[in-house]
Amino acid sequence: MVAMSKIATGNGHGENSPYFDGWKAYETNPFHPTDRPDGVIQMGLAENQLCFNFIKKWVVKHPEASLCSAQGVNKFKETALFQDYHGMPEFRQSVAKFMGKVRGDRVKFDPDRIVMSGGATGAHEMVAFCLADPGEAFLVPTPYYPGFDRDLRWRTGVELVPVVCESSNDFKITTNALETAYEKAKEANLRVKGLLITNPSNPLGTILDRETLKGIIEFINEKNIHLIGDEIYAATVFMEPEFVSISEILEEVECNRDLIHIVYSLSKDMGFPGFRVGIVYSYNDAVVSCARKMSSFGLVSTQTQHLIASMLSDDDFVDNFIMESKERLFRRHKYFTWSLSQVGIGSLKSNAGLFIWMDLRKLLKEKTFEAEMDLWQVIINEVKLNVSPGSSFHCNEPGWFRVCFANMDDQTMEVALLRIRTFMLEHNKAMVPRKLCSRSSLKLSFSRRQDDFMSQSIMSPHSPLPQSPLVQART
Amino acid sequence: MGLLSRKVTCNSHGQDSSYFLGWLEYEKNPYDEVKNPRGIIQMGLAENQLSFDLLESWLDKNPDVAGFKRDGQSIFKELALFQDYHGFPAFKKALLDFMAEIRGNKVTFDPNRIVLTAGATSANETLMFCLAEQGDAFLLPTPYYPGFDRDLRWRTGVEIVPIKCTSSNRFKITASALEDAYQRAQRKNLRVKGVLVTNPSNPLGTTMTREELDLLVNFITDKEIHLISDEIYSGTVFSSPAFVSIMEVLKDQNLEKTEIWERVHIVYSLSKDLGLPGFRVGAIYSNDPIVVAAATKMSSFGLVSSQTQYLLSAILSDKKFTKEYIAKNHKRLRKRRSMLVAGLEKAGIDCLESNAGLFCWVDMRHLLSSDTFEAEMELWKRIVYDVKLNISPGSSCHCTEPGWFRVCFANMSEDTLKLAMQRLKSFVGSITGHDRSHQELKNSRRKFRSKWVFRLSFQSFHDREQDER
Repeated sequence: MVAMSKIATGNGHGENSPYFDGWKAYETNPFHPTDRPDGVIQMGLAENQLCFNFIKKWVVKHPEASLCSAQGVNKFKETALFQDYHGMPEFRQSVAKFMGKVRGDRVKFDPDRIVMSGGATGAHEMVAFCLADPGEAFLVPTPYYPGFDRDLRWRTGVELVPVVCESSNDFKITTNALETAYEKAKEANLRVKGLLITNPSNPLGTILDRETLKGIIEFINEKNIHLIGDEIYAATVFMEPEFVSISEILEEVECNRDLIHIVYSLSKDMGFPGFRVGIVYSYNDAVVSCARKMSSFGLVSTQTQHLIASMLSDDDFVDNFIMESKERLFRRHKYFTWSLSQVGIGSLKSNAGLFIWMDLRKLLKEKTFEAEMDLWQVIINEVKLNVSPGSSFHCNEPGWFRVCFANMDDQTMEVALLRIRTFMLEHNKAMVPRKLCSRSSLKLSFSRRQDDFMSQSIMSPHSPLPQSPLVQART
Repeated sequence: MGLLSRKVTCNSHGQDSSYFLGWLEYEKNPYDEVKNPRGIIQMGLAENQLSFDLLESWLDKNPDVAGFKRDGQSIFKELALFQDYHGFPAFKKALLDFMAEIRGNKVTFDPNRIVLTAGATSANETLMFCLAEQGDAFLLPTPYYPGFDRDLRWRTGVEIVPIKCTSSNRFKITASALEDAYQRAQRKNLRVKGVLVTNPSNPLGTTMTREELDLLVNFITDKEIHLISDEIYSGTVFSSPAFVSIMEVLKDQNLEKTEIWERVHIVYSLSKDLGLPGFRVGAIYSNDPIVVAAATKMSSFGLVSSQTQYLLSAILSDKKFTKEYIAKNHKRLRKRRSMLVAGLEKAGIDCLESNAGLFCWVDMRHLLSSDTFEAEMELWKRIVYDVKLNISPGSSCHCTEPGWFRVCFANMSEDTLKLAMQRLKSFVGSITGHDRSHQELKNSRRKFRSKWVFRLSFQSFHDREQDER
């Protein structure tokens, strides 16, 4: 059999890691409130499912947003024919406006700098192709989204060098950590072309403060390397402190703008991963020009451009959506973290994202990644929750887990919490027998308080399945 | 300024070629029947605009699809969340059924072997990443779609070595041309990983004969290399001979489940057959499960929007509709081609006999001031600036002989096509001298004709900023 490429036959796609055991466990036995109440609950999928009823109302009221409806079909032909890689002007304008609103209108985005891509996945690969040659490197603060290993490296031949962040200072990105990483790359004979930050952070759920951002800008200017800011979770900042975008900092400090690029998408903020709306926004004209040509490999379907343009140019809808989404994320996050704290589980203090960075270090048999894997197997197979182990995010310290909270309805959340509570009670029983009684009464008082948080009744056996069987687990 | 990658500064994106002028000129001065009747008519765009009424009427009869509904229930959320790179099962099935129908149901396709991609542009690049290393080469028959220079080479680092086809035998692929290309690659120290053909051909508009297909199978067997068959125009075969897919040939040669079977890969798209280039629907079909697995993962970089998958699964599952669409589409394309050919003939211009595609391959060699590519460029500029027709010069398709042009016929109204032909007739009249009769013109053309009588149509191919073929 004649050989295929090394890219095709190697492991650069990143899917052979044990991390995917969790997905497999979920896929073979997915939770369903009535059909499979003992199934695995998916908490490893960073999806935003909290606002669909809100969005659906708009869709129903605006049939013209669909090219297939009687009200929209007059645009069908011209839209179906339009394959210009500049993208539909109304699409770019509405996305630029949306990005501005998400940042409180503190900055304006230029629609002519907006370049489409096949989701943020396509955007990251495209930016890597534009900024680096094979063998060159990007610095990435840990812990980071596992998909970057594939998106930035697989077909591009670019390397990733971790900027190690520590729990001792809440995983902040320090200039020291940046310098250390840069030196390490140098020692390994890797030419560093840029720094990639995700802000708000996946998996931490935190945002970068002004001081850190300024430090980063200073660092990249001094080293003359690019800064790629993945702001995919920008609209999920549900609590103070307020989000500060790279685009805002640029107005406040000296910076060579040719080094600055933003990656965006509607997959998280709006909950539309299926529509594949990725954006590259660069302040560098040569990059915009090149990326635009490369976008041919992953343009956004004009059917979707049309829908998004209609939706995001409705100012009232957008303003209300942004507010409503934050409110729902805030409530869900608050309830979830509070419930966990009641059974002694802490997490990194966070104010954004669709997940929390759960601290289970004290549950480890020993401070090793093997122990983390053991604990993770227990969580999947016994507690029946698919959560994501910190090691898959390249965290330098074992015991941290990313747990998603926005991809399920209230009922499923209750089941998940019940399982966690049960597990912790048993764990504590095994650890300290005498405290059992007080914990039981805590459980009772806890259930009374649930009603304060939730307006709907819990564990309704007639709830429709929120998860489509078509949705398969991905990162 | 920080340094960028070599890809940014090199020319492999292919957009610096001089014929880009035509496209830019068109944008500056586009023809409009009412607003700009003296503008440039676009004939360099291989789009199929002839059958939208059929699609629109289907939409009118199927309102559920518009409202993101299935059986009256909203599936908006389900679609918005669906990002599985295995694709929407109902869509894959419907697409494969459509592909089988186009092939007269002589082949069956396995849904586990198809990978959905953002257009054929993405499909072709993905196959390169799967089958070749940087510095390897693929052999392509000339003339070929200019976009391949970017799609196959730019980010992959793969090289293209031309299989030189000539007008002497109607640009058919011969055993000696294949061997010659292979040897040239060897001399350049390039490892050949496969052959890529477009069938039906862009820019020729012809389908490959069984002899050519058998020749290809023998060649890839002998050299132990891959074969990619880009069948993006398979649904536009509007007259005989009927389309013969590479899959049919493999079946007829009893090569199913052999090693050779696994080295054949098909690229498809709905951009030409259904006229939906904006929706970015492409596909790779491979008999090699390892290629399918790798390409599926790679498709993450360019998935098809779930909204679009859903719409098209509904349309293509309607078998009554697809049958009717294919038949009517063929009829309209056939009629349109005849119109173009007749118009060209009045201008004393011949074209290659063709039975497919959205364009004709036109012979204007007799209008060149000399048998050179400079003369071709000269003629082309006059046609763009003076005649105000945007057509595509053969050199942009890597044709080895100057004087050929690709001219599209399915991306405009009938009236616009007629006007284009009138302009052309006047132009030819002016450059060949008003006193030269049509007979004299025909006589002068005989010098360029070989034994066969060709019907030529004037065409031009024009590269553009976007994924135009």
